[in-house]
Amino acid sequence: MDFLKNPAHRAWLVLIVATSITWYLGEVGAAGTASIVAMLLIAFVKGRLVILDFMELREAPKMWRILLEGWLILVSSLILLAYWISLK
Amino acid sequence: MTNMTDAPAPYSAETASARRLPGDLAIWFFILAEMLAFAVFFAAYAFARASHVEEFNLYQQTLDRNLGGLNTLLLITGSWFVVRAVQAAHKDNQQAIALNILIGWLCGGGFLIVKVIEYSAKFGAGISMSTNTFYMFYISLTFFHFMHVILGMVILTVLWVQARKGVYGRHDAHGLESGAAYWHMVDLLWIVLFPLVYVMR
Repeated sequence: MDFLKNPAHRAWLVLIVATSITWYLGEVGAAGTASIVAMLLIAFVKGRLVILDFMELREAPKMWRILLEGWLILVSSLILLAYWISLK
Repeated sequence: MTNMTDAPAPYSAETASARRLPGDLAIWFFILAEMLAFAVFFAAYAFARASHVEEFNLYQQTLDRNLGGLNTLLLITGSWFVVRAVQAAHKDNQQAIALNILIGWLCGGGFLIVKVIEYSAKFGAGISMSTNTFYMFYISLTFFHFMHVILGMVILTVLWVQARKGVYGRHDAHGLESGAAYWHMVDLLWIVLFPLVYVMR
């Protein structure tokens, strides 16, 4: 499979599958802590693939990788915190 | 493995160790500023929801997840074609650069059309920013992102024109890489926005 040798092509495949999973979780009405954590994890993996393989920051100076991946961690953590508060 | 031996040699020992930031430094500061603005917006949505859980859960059900999901696929695929344009530039494949930018642009156009269909259904039902807190966030967040898709498409148009003039190639792909990075940011933001606003409950 020559197609899969290209990291961008691999990333695209994973992104499509991951999007379908999130959409499916919506279809079955997934709600609550487990599904929120699952969706945030999926979004994190997807975002990381875009940062590393689409933006091509995998080989970039460490600072920029940390800034963008740090943004993902920050946003996911804030959303998780807000959802955790809403469950109380 | 054998066909790897004639791989180009630009990655000499000297350049291989140097970590390179694609595109211009300025575009990355701009991207970071945009991402921070969206981070505030995402957090505002999540915390507003915490004090209006029932309202948010109720009205989230009225959103069209199929159109939201379709738009995710369009942006991801649009991003992917723009990566292919950058890869084509690094290989000096002139025709593939412009073609891939064009397909990426068309994916963006598809996103806008789907979004307009979605908005017209909502506005047609009499929903507006002032209907309630959920719709205020839904409309302002998605519309703020919508404008970024439009700006991304303006950038892709410029890249396409430049690519057709043969500006990008192995000798220089900085402008292309900068515009591509912005386009990927638009994709990245939607990857967080879609589950947050359309699915998570």
